Amino acid sequence: MFKKYLPLLAIFILVLAACPPIAVTTPGTQPQTLTVMTHDSFSVSKELVKKFEADNNASLVFIQGGDTGSALNRLILTSVGSQTPEADVFYGLDNTFLSRALDQDLFEVYQPASLGSIPEEFKLDPTFKVVPIDYGDVCINYDKAWFAENNLELPASLQDLTKAEYSGLLVVENPATSSPGLAFMMATIAEFSESGWLDWWQSLKDNNVAIVSDWETAYYTNFSGSSGKGPQPMVVSYASSPAAELIYAETELTESPTASLVAPGMCWRQVEFAGILKNTPNRDLAEKFVDFLLSKEFQEDVPMQMFVFPVLPDAVLPEGFVLASQIPESVASLDPALIAANRDAWVNAWTNLMLK
Amino acid sequence: MKRSRSLTWLLWLIPLVFLLYFFYQPLLAIFRQVFSERFNQGWQFFSWDQISRPLLFTFWQAFLSTLLTLLIGLPAAYLFSRFEFTGRKTLHTLSLLPFILPTVVVATAFNTLIGPRGWLNLILMDMLNLSNPPLNLLNSLPAILLAHVFYNTSIVIRMVGNSLTRLNPHFDEAARVLNAKPWQAFREVSLPLLMPTILGASLLVFLFDFTSFGVVLMLGGPQYATLEVEIYTQAMNRFNLPMAGLLSVIQLVVTLLITLAQNRLKNPRFGKAALSSEQKTRQRPANRRQKLFVILMCLLLVILFVSPILSLVSRSLVTFEAARGERGEFETGFTTRYYSELFINRSGSIFYANPLAAIRNSLVYSVLTMLIATSMGLLTAYALSRLGSLRRWLEPIFMLPLGASAVILGLGFLLTFNRPPWTSGPFPILIPIAHSLIALPFVVRTIMPAIQGIPNSLREAARVMGAKPWKVIREIDLPILLRALIVSLAFSFTISLGEFGASSFLANARTPTIPVTIFRYISQPGALNYGQALAMSTLLLITSAAGSLLIEKIRLPGEELF
Repeated sequence: MFKKYLPLLAIFILVLAACPPIAVTTPGTQPQTLTVMTHDSFSVSKELVKKFEADNNASLVFIQGGDTGSALNRLILTSVGSQTPEADVFYGLDNTFLSRALDQDLFEVYQPASLGSIPEEFKLDPTFKVVPIDYGDVCINYDKAWFAENNLELPASLQDLTKAEYSGLLVVENPATSSPGLAFMMATIAEFSESGWLDWWQSLKDNNVAIVSDWETAYYTNFSGSSGKGPQPMVVSYASSPAAELIYAETELTESPTASLVAPGMCWRQVEFAGILKNTPNRDLAEKFVDFLLSKEFQEDVPMQMFVFPVLPDAVLPEGFVLASQIPESVASLDPALIAANRDAWVNAWTNLMLK
Repeated sequence: MKRSRSLTWLLWLIPLVFLLYFFYQPLLAIFRQVFSERFNQGWQFFSWDQISRPLLFTFWQAFLSTLLTLLIGLPAAYLFSRFEFTGRKTLHTLSLLPFILPTVVVATAFNTLIGPRGWLNLILMDMLNLSNPPLNLLNSLPAILLAHVFYNTSIVIRMVGNSLTRLNPHFDEAARVLNAKPWQAFREVSLPLLMPTILGASLLVFLFDFTSFGVVLMLGGPQYATLEVEIYTQAMNRFNLPMAGLLSVIQLVVTLLITLAQNRLKNPRFGKAALSSEQKTRQRPANRRQKLFVILMCLLLVILFVSPILSLVSRSLVTFEAARGERGEFETGFTTRYYSELFINRSGSIFYANPLAAIRNSLVYSVLTMLIATSMGLLTAYALSRLGSLRRWLEPIFMLPLGASAVILGLGFLLTFNRPPWTSGPFPILIPIAHSLIALPFVVRTIMPAIQGIPNSLREAARVMGAKPWKVIREIDLPILLRALIVSLAFSFTISLGEFGASSFLANARTPTIPVTIFRYISQPGALNYGQALAMSTLLLITSAAGSLLIEKIRLPGEELF
């Protein structure tokens, strides 16, 4: 009886063994594989990838490891001290997580030639283990139509958000699981100081703020200004999101249905970095890839793909993007050393207060 | 004789080494985290609140879920074991289905029912002419409870139903003759006899609710975190490994205690007289009250079990909104696009996990799990049945993996096997190994009774007649074990296919599994992502249902899976 099943089973196994998971290593004369770990919001034009691959006889593999924090943590867990790190390059580390990556000794020093033309304000790592690639401002987006219909004034400051008329109108992301959430929390600490920020969050909680885990849920499920048409007309997002709404609208629009609140102190500047992982067997190719990230082509691709700004001053911005993007006159900022020392404690305090 | 003894040694040495290396070593790695120097800074911000909050919530939701499950499960068990009615068999099979369903499928099914893009909201929006979904049931405690009740009612129906069927109805009748009212007869006679089974079932349901991960992660939102979810968040999002380790230890102790208590209660003894000797315990509802009970219960069960599944399948076949980036006109209504998209390999796509790769990977992992778990389970079961006095010491070692959650296993693997050769190969063998460890206790419990059921005299007889040991195994053991082996294969295949907790740690975008991909897609914007998550869930649902039907069909009635 058993014998009857054996050949069937054998065939079944053979068939499945014939299709192993997507191949990762490519031996010999075939193109060299470069693995790039990044976050979920990463995007790049296909033609640029193809060109890089053709120019360098390389094959690029992108791993999207979750939000910035989880992508970084996964890499630390799997690759610190490893002779074969899970990826060759990490792209998407931001200034709120910078210290964690540097503390864990994850990256090798590399100073690309093009670094010279990049403004000093972005070079937050003086050791050059990571280099800046792009930046964007985390701000509150609002649904223009909703505010017009309900005849409500826009909040002019973070403090205004705790007023009764804005009760239940804002959705924020949990800073423990979302990098824009973390960035916004940083802005509130900069605005209300280390002694006052928790009081402000307490009043925001009393004012029925909605809290979700990630940006996707906040923007596409809770926010009324997006295609999800959710219940809240204000969301913590990016200053460039209104441009995305305009450019990718289903029908042609003359202006974006959303806009950002860019009053002083309401936005936080996120700078994104890339770094070469320690012990990578593909160091040469990894260097070429970092050069590529800072090249004019890639830098000009960044706005339309990820809706952030290039760090390279010569990069020309697309017209629609300039039209709908608001650049805050002044953004909140905190000393990187202060962030490094307190990030985890702040997130803990926030969680204890807001998620109880 | 001597050779046979060394063979026995080898028999239990192999699974023992397997468990020590792949289960106890990762467990140790987690314990070490709690005291590690490298991450010492984690303790700086320690507060008891961080432990007590998830712990209390885990207990609270598990308690509520168990209570609600009993509230529906007990009458349902009574319905199935005491009444005969049209469609009884179909409904019974259907009610057993949820137990084997992957958590992500259950979570997506409820998402399509009560979520912002789900049927309930779509219907209400249409009826009341609203532009926003009026019900916000996701990210709430009721959503978690509902999914848990859906999940675990099948356990109560199965366990309590089995006991009720075996209970001699003459006992009740005797009490009735002695002038007891029906309810009184039930309370005074049947209930005390059933109590151990009910307690055992409750503990098991409690255990499953206590270790719930996928459902809470996907339906609970940031406000609600069970220990499992908190372990995941602390490790992967907060990078607070000492805290994740500490929570794991607490989780392990609690689940171990529950498992021990549950094992003690597992074999209720009725005494011979109370056992029904295959009499017909079921009859058609006789009076109006019984008829009403049957109708109401059937209605309730159909709503509970059928609506989420139906809602998932139907929602995967219609479209209401445009895909992300899609402009202009799009057609609403029936579509098979979500399914066809799954099998198109968009070349050069770097967005999220590739569904086609996920399906292929999951199949490969499942086949490997099936082979590893069944062969290890077979060896373990043989070892345990032959060991004699040593067994008392070894059995807990073999059965402990049941107490460890998938999330703990995933974290342990990530901490232990994060260097070559484990990470360097093109094939992530760790995922099927983790799945095998999760399936192992179930496999052992399936094979053990079959092995113990082989009469030793039969083997002796064969040996006396000159059969070599291997021939004895082939001619005597294998044919008898075949049924149990097939059940094990099907069971471990199905478990691996739907496993989410360990995979969420071990699978990255390079090695996605179906559940991990569903989790990634479901919260992404645009109709296409949502639809693809539903299509994948539906395929997983069908495969799991087929697996569980196969198990039901060939399983011997006496074998208990838990």
